[in-house]
Amino acid sequence: MIAGSGITPSSAGITAAADVPAPTVRPTSLLRRSLRLWRTRIGVIIVGGLVLLAIIGPYIAPYGPSTPVGVPNATPGGKAVLGTDYLGQDVLSRFLYGGRNILVTAFIATAAGLIVGVAIGLIAAYARNALDDVLMRIMDVILAFPQIMLALVAVAVVGPHAWVIVLAIALTTAPRAARVARGAALPVVERDFIACSEAMGVPRWRILFGELLPNTLGPLMVEASLRMTYSIGVIAALSYLGLSPNPNSPNWGTMIQENQIVLPVQPWGAVMPIIAIALLTIGTGLIGDGIARTAAGIDRARSAE
Amino acid sequence: MKRLTSGGVPGFVIRRLLLGLIVLLMVSLVVFAATQALPGDPARAILGRSATPQSLAALRRHLHLDQPVIQQYLTWISGLLHGNLGISLAAQEPVTKLLAPKLVNSAVLVAVAAVISIPLSVAIGSWAAFRREKVFDTLSSNLLLVLAAVPEFVVAITLVILFATTVFPRVLPSISTIPPGSRPWDHLSFLILPTATLVIAVAPYVARIMRASMIEVLESDYVEMARLKGLPERTVLIRHALPNALGPVFQVIALSLAYLAGGIIVIEFVFNYGGIGSALQESVLNHDLPVVQALAMLIAALYVALNLLADVATIVVTPRLRTRL
Repeated sequence: MIAGSGITPSSAGITAAADVPAPTVRPTSLLRRSLRLWRTRIGVIIVGGLVLLAIIGPYIAPYGPSTPVGVPNATPGGKAVLGTDYLGQDVLSRFLYGGRNILVTAFIATAAGLIVGVAIGLIAAYARNALDDVLMRIMDVILAFPQIMLALVAVAVVGPHAWVIVLAIALTTAPRAARVARGAALPVVERDFIACSEAMGVPRWRILFGELLPNTLGPLMVEASLRMTYSIGVIAALSYLGLSPNPNSPNWGTMIQENQIVLPVQPWGAVMPIIAIALLTIGTGLIGDGIARTAAGIDRARSAE
Repeated sequence: MKRLTSGGVPGFVIRRLLLGLIVLLMVSLVVFAATQALPGDPARAILGRSATPQSLAALRRHLHLDQPVIQQYLTWISGLLHGNLGISLAAQEPVTKLLAPKLVNSAVLVAVAAVISIPLSVAIGSWAAFRREKVFDTLSSNLLLVLAAVPEFVVAITLVILFATTVFPRVLPSISTIPPGSRPWDHLSFLILPTATLVIAVAPYVARIMRASMIEVLESDYVEMARLKGLPERTVLIRHALPNALGPVFQVIALSLAYLAGGIIVIEFVFNYGGIGSALQESVLNHDLPVVQALAMLIAALYVALNLLADVATIVVTPRLRTRL
């Protein structure tokens, strides 16, 4: 998965070929239309199922996340349905507790990064002057760090606190979102209704967020699901690398690392979180692709008219 | 930069080079500020709470923390430019000496992955475009979509489960620790799983862009013209379509290579492969700031250089873009 460098079609600077054109449909109708595609439906079902699992998981878990229930690395059977992990804790219970942390962190970080990034991208596109250049060059500097590396350096300097991880992910998500937002807003800025609003004396912030933003929501929704996919990957990878705020908290990434050595004996402790993370990222990826296809389809139909 | 438009291709290269240098300068400021100039005491962060005042003072002198911030930055950056990256705090030896063999290991891994994944993904993407909406296209598109989403360490461990531990035990080694003093190519079986992971991590992006670009080219007038001239389909595809479709792919290939530089951090950790990625993870855990600084600069510089190469290569292979310079 390309999380670090943010390889999106629209990050291809001079090759505009892969840029997603801004579809001028209402976002709700874009979402509804994209649900006609099977891939979007499957994605929504997978993500919905895992979110539900993360929410109700702790209530249906048979044991506490750190309660020892038997000998370490016991294979499935008896008291522990999926066996026990390297400390003799119940794999199923830890799995049911372990999703919340990743989902909440990834959601907050991605949302914060998207809000900041989209604001910067829209301001840059609307400014069309030196401010545009300055803002986008600053974004280039942040883009020179792979996402996971910046998060690692931040953790090295400040420590593995939850807010450091959220901040690092948000900071690296913002420039990628800014590029997409700017690319989508540039053609809209040139259109007559923006000039019209300017002539009517509509305040600048209302033009930015009341007129530019709604007309760029198509590509931004695609970007949002893509960024969510990458954030989940990076956050899971960080806890896999042993850099989660609380080393013994039940967390899918941490679980994989803890139980990797005992894979030949008792695979379930690593296999369950692996399946969950893979399904979660595949789900968000499918949703993003579904929205992108729908947006492109609407656009093609319009240009054919 | 858009306003400085003259000079054709050499002018463009010079402008991009200058821009790259400016970005690198700012990157060095960010790395320095983040690791050394932040409020708070890096020496205490490194040594922890048990540090004695003497050891704190010694470390501060060692890191030049007793000098003014500007002086610290200048000392650091001039050392960097002279190839002197300081002394690793954990290993107590020069960072350059510590990182050189690891750099070779990582370079081998990335090079092998690139040599395999780029032709493979170009082939998959082109073939899917030739056979658009047929079985191969549908299957490969969906598979690539799924593979593109899954984090690389999940791919890595899935491969370990499949080929090393659980499903087909001991077909391949699950750990790829290169013994000190030997080279990665002495242990080819160690390279297979890490390389496969990198290939799976990168190929989907290149293949998807290749497919889109090839479809666009195949629908173009000059391909139709070549067909109408009666050229054999093989010649049309290989001589006319392929070179033109590769243009937009360069950018993605360069970005993918740059990505590999970041992606190896987790993958090397999974396989315990001694490269710069696992060195970064270790130095982060040990608070070994000189090593963190060196690796951050190295990976960022690689990223900027590859982006620059991609832009220049795109201009060189796409003549019509030159008119916009």
